[in-house]
Amino acid sequence: MKKTNRETIITAAVLLVVLIGAFALDAALPSYHIAIKVVKKACVYSLVAVSMNLLNGFTGLFSLGQAGFMLLGAYSYAVLCIPVAKRAGVYQYFDGGLVQFSLPEIFSGVLGGTVGPVVGMLCALLVGGLIAALCAYLIGLPVLRLKSDYLAIATLGFAEILRAFFQWNALGPLTNGSNLLKNYPDLGGAAAYVILVGLFIAVILLLVNSTYGRAFMAIRDDEVAAEAMGINLAHHKRLAFIISSFFAGIGGGMLAMYMGTVQALSFKSAMTYEILLIVVMGGIGSITGSVLTSFLYIASLEWLLRGLDSGTFLGISSPIFKNGFRMAIVSVIIMVVVLFFRKGIMGDRELPDLFRKKAKKEEVSGNE
Amino acid sequence: MQGLLPYLINGVSVGGQYALIAIGYTLVYGILRLINFAHGDVFMVAGLIMVYSSATMPIYLSIPLVLVLTVILGFTIERAAYKPLRTAPRMSVMISAIGVSYLIQNLAFYFTGGLPQPVTNPIPWISDNVTLFGESTKRVTLVTPFLTVALVFALVYLINNTKIGMGMRAVSKDFETAQLMGIRINSVISMTFVIGSFLAAVGAMLYFTNYPSVAITSGGMPGLKAFVAAVFGGIGSIPGAVVGAFLIGISEELIKGLGYSTFSDAFTFALLIVVLCVKPTGLFGEKVTDKV
Amino acid sequence: MKKLFALILALAMVLALAACGNSGTSGSSSGSSAPAETSSSGGAAGGTVKIGVFEPQTGDNGAGGKQEILGMQYANYVQPTVEIGGATYNVELEIVDNRTTAENGPSAAAELMNRGVSVVLGSYGSGVSMAGGAVFSEAGVPAIGVTCTNPQVTDTDVYFRICFTDPFQGTILANYAYKTLGVTTAYTLAMLGSDYDQGLVYYFSEAFKGLGGTVISEDFPEGTANFVSYINNAKAAGAGAIFAPVSTNYAQLIIEAASAQSFDGGLLGSDTWDNNMVAASTVGKDVDVVVSTFYQEGADPTFDANIKAWINSNADAKTNNGGNDIVSAVSVMGYDAYFVALEALKAAGSTEPSAVLQALPGVKYEGVSGVIEFLDSGDADRDIAYIKAANTTTGDWDFVTIQQVG
Repeated sequence: MKKTNRETIITAAVLLVVLIGAFALDAALPSYHIAIKVVKKACVYSLVAVSMNLLNGFTGLFSLGQAGFMLLGAYSYAVLCIPVAKRAGVYQYFDGGLVQFSLPEIFSGVLGGTVGPVVGMLCALLVGGLIAALCAYLIGLPVLRLKSDYLAIATLGFAEILRAFFQWNALGPLTNGSNLLKNYPDLGGAAAYVILVGLFIAVILLLVNSTYGRAFMAIRDDEVAAEAMGINLAHHKRLAFIISSFFAGIGGGMLAMYMGTVQALSFKSAMTYEILLIVVMGGIGSITGSVLTSFLYIASLEWLLRGLDSGTFLGISSPIFKNGFRMAIVSVIIMVVVLFFRKGIMGDRELPDLFRKKAKKEEVSGNE
Repeated sequence: MQGLLPYLINGVSVGGQYALIAIGYTLVYGILRLINFAHGDVFMVAGLIMVYSSATMPIYLSIPLVLVLTVILGFTIERAAYKPLRTAPRMSVMISAIGVSYLIQNLAFYFTGGLPQPVTNPIPWISDNVTLFGESTKRVTLVTPFLTVALVFALVYLINNTKIGMGMRAVSKDFETAQLMGIRINSVISMTFVIGSFLAAVGAMLYFTNYPSVAITSGGMPGLKAFVAAVFGGIGSIPGAVVGAFLIGISEELIKGLGYSTFSDAFTFALLIVVLCVKPTGLFGEKVTDKV
Repeated sequence: MKKLFALILALAMVLALAACGNSGTSGSSSGSSAPAETSSSGGAAGGTVKIGVFEPQTGDNGAGGKQEILGMQYANYVQPTVEIGGATYNVELEIVDNRTTAENGPSAAAELMNRGVSVVLGSYGSGVSMAGGAVFSEAGVPAIGVTCTNPQVTDTDVYFRICFTDPFQGTILANYAYKTLGVTTAYTLAMLGSDYDQGLVYYFSEAFKGLGGTVISEDFPEGTANFVSYINNAKAAGAGAIFAPVSTNYAQLIIEAASAQSFDGGLLGSDTWDNNMVAASTVGKDVDVVVSTFYQEGADPTFDANIKAWINSNADAKTNNGGNDIVSAVSVMGYDAYFVALEALKAAGSTEPSAVLQALPGVKYEGVSGVIEFLDSGDADRDIAYIKAANTTTGDWDFVTIQQVG
């Protein structure tokens, strides 16, 4: 897939504009402004949606365990980053908890007060990702042998089992049982999230365009044929599952950062469904689609469509605009996309393809 | 744990409720190879309809109304959300099912205002307290298993001895061949959804007379567990689903009795994974080979 | 086709954005996002001061949240204006639904900040209050917790609260169970993953064991509907009382199961049980339900009569109150919280959130539920709780006693 210069330049320009936009938001608005919250949450959802797309869209493995891996990442981040001085308060029922160090504090001791905490937080995110990946490896041993819908329901089950363990009081010194984890630091404003998520997604993009990525897609298109071509099915499936879970774990850690508090109760199967529907609406097999839909979905749900719930929308007041109308409208839109626009917003095209389409229409169908 | 009996009685009752939902899953899966994620929500809507109808009309009107409306709902879902995707990959249909589940929950949320709707004694006789072997329980606890078994016998008769039943068996064996043999696939599939929804409605009436309120999330857990029961018993097999449901209901209550209530849900899923990995066809399921 | 769809979607978004901008400008005088800007534009002629209401209207705590809002709306009806720095301001309530759960807290809180409120009231439920607290603290807007009892809520420097806390409530109930009911073995039941439940169980158990009693604790997963086996466990353990500080919905399920299994001990509930629906669900059942709460109807007859008249004249309010005019303790607390906020605004002499934050610790207000004064921690100085019991014939709450620690 060779790109012409023009497409590359336009794509780079679009990405640059997004980045500058994020910096501008940070500079212009206070940190608690809803626009910044939306950008942050949308970034996190983009990463998680892309990680799910890697598995469901590119490899054709229908897994519904995303919330479970996010839970692992979120807890790892929170547990490793709560300042030591605040642990007694957070773990109030468990004598200050088991873990008595904080990565950002350790690193700020070594690297100084400005760089240190950031390095510490990034390390905690990576640890979260690695734990999720390790867990994915273990879970993958039995369940990856299962076919489509059985795999889906088995991974869903694993996520629920994980949640029960995290709420178990016997593990309280580590997980704080059913209680919130909080008081841990946040990385920064919208720009920090955009950069970080951009980097992770770039890594996934490189992977998709490598030989591994092509092997994944071959498995998706036809398992038997892929095996005949010499692709080791078990190995590649496991790899895709582990990589996807790694990024889901990191996404979970970032979600924890964004939310400011972590509670196992939030990571229900409904969260996985939400992400799956974002992937489907964006187009299964399109990374750009997942990112774009994440932003559209979060922005409309958290901000733009709030008027639908509170009585006045687009200047129109109506008694039907009451609590819950927003979600009802969103789910109707989802169903319309699922039924009538089965390829989603982007199909399997990426950002550069959009600009190519204007130039040469015929080539698009030949590519990818 | 002392006195096994109360836990067993409760387990059988819970199992009976799961069984009525599990049949809906197993029928649909047997024919469409689709995990109908929306089934648990159909069950919840049946509960809501019961709440509203029993508040405004006498019992001899409200019960048929619940049954009819739920059946219409199930039929509509199939026609609107699954039929257009009949030629699409299985994953699309499953996503559509998840979408429908999401839609039903959000609509129910909108119409109920997001609050649990109180159930006010819709079917008076069966929610009375009775005493069995010195243990007090509700009459519905005793009625549920018997009603479940009776309905299952009726269903098995329907499938084995009627024309539509034969159609269902043919479609579940081979979709395309059945079509070539002159079976009207769409009406058979619709019939499957009608039966599944009917049983879900009966299940909902029994289930929610036990509890004081219907919440929009009420369908989720029973739905998932009923699905596990269907897999456990061998998906596609009706007796399997019923046996699986009773086993899961009983073991769940026993786990609570042993003091591991934290893991009562987790156990169900662990069981599911073990069954899937060790014996994917379940207790009574038939071996399905994947065609290339 | 696809392009057309994408275009329409994009267009819809842009329109929606424009509409949001519009409604923002028409709603407040300056229409900007930062709270400070909106409030400073008030002027001597008197403008509008916004009080944020951060409450659940949906989810497990939706019913309780609605009753709490009811109290604030009634207070706003009684006293719709406030004197700030010599000018009369209209008070406007900005109500945002936080949907009970912690994950929706931050965005709901950010939405409130967006609307430019001077002070926030809420929330019913501690977990979501803590989740919102981080945002309030970031924005420097003071928040007054109405009935969130977990001690950690006021850890943030902007959070205050007018109700008692869990260590107090847990101890009160433990004392009541051990000394008054004469129970030596208690069984506690809490939902997995709920801060509020687990926190209260912890303090209850500590206090109960301290008195010499035995406690058996169990948790149930979210979504549990069948509590029969838990009741059987309590019976098997020989428990004289079940303490279940759970949300209203589960409270009804537990009452139902306890009655079906003819559990003959007491059912102890916390402030969440103090709800008309819970009392109504005991009608005709052989159960003893006792709860601790902030207020009992009858303690202030004039107030009761007035709010009842208001509820009866307002169909929406009556629906939100569960279809009757029983005065709920959380409504009273909501009413008091509103007036505490007004006192703080008066004392601050400005609608600036930072000024209100500074003025708040010094506020002393004699409310319907008692005298409200803040300690250094931000908690209210409260030392009494009302104990009431459900009347199984009328479905009302009967006053039992006023309990004090010590």
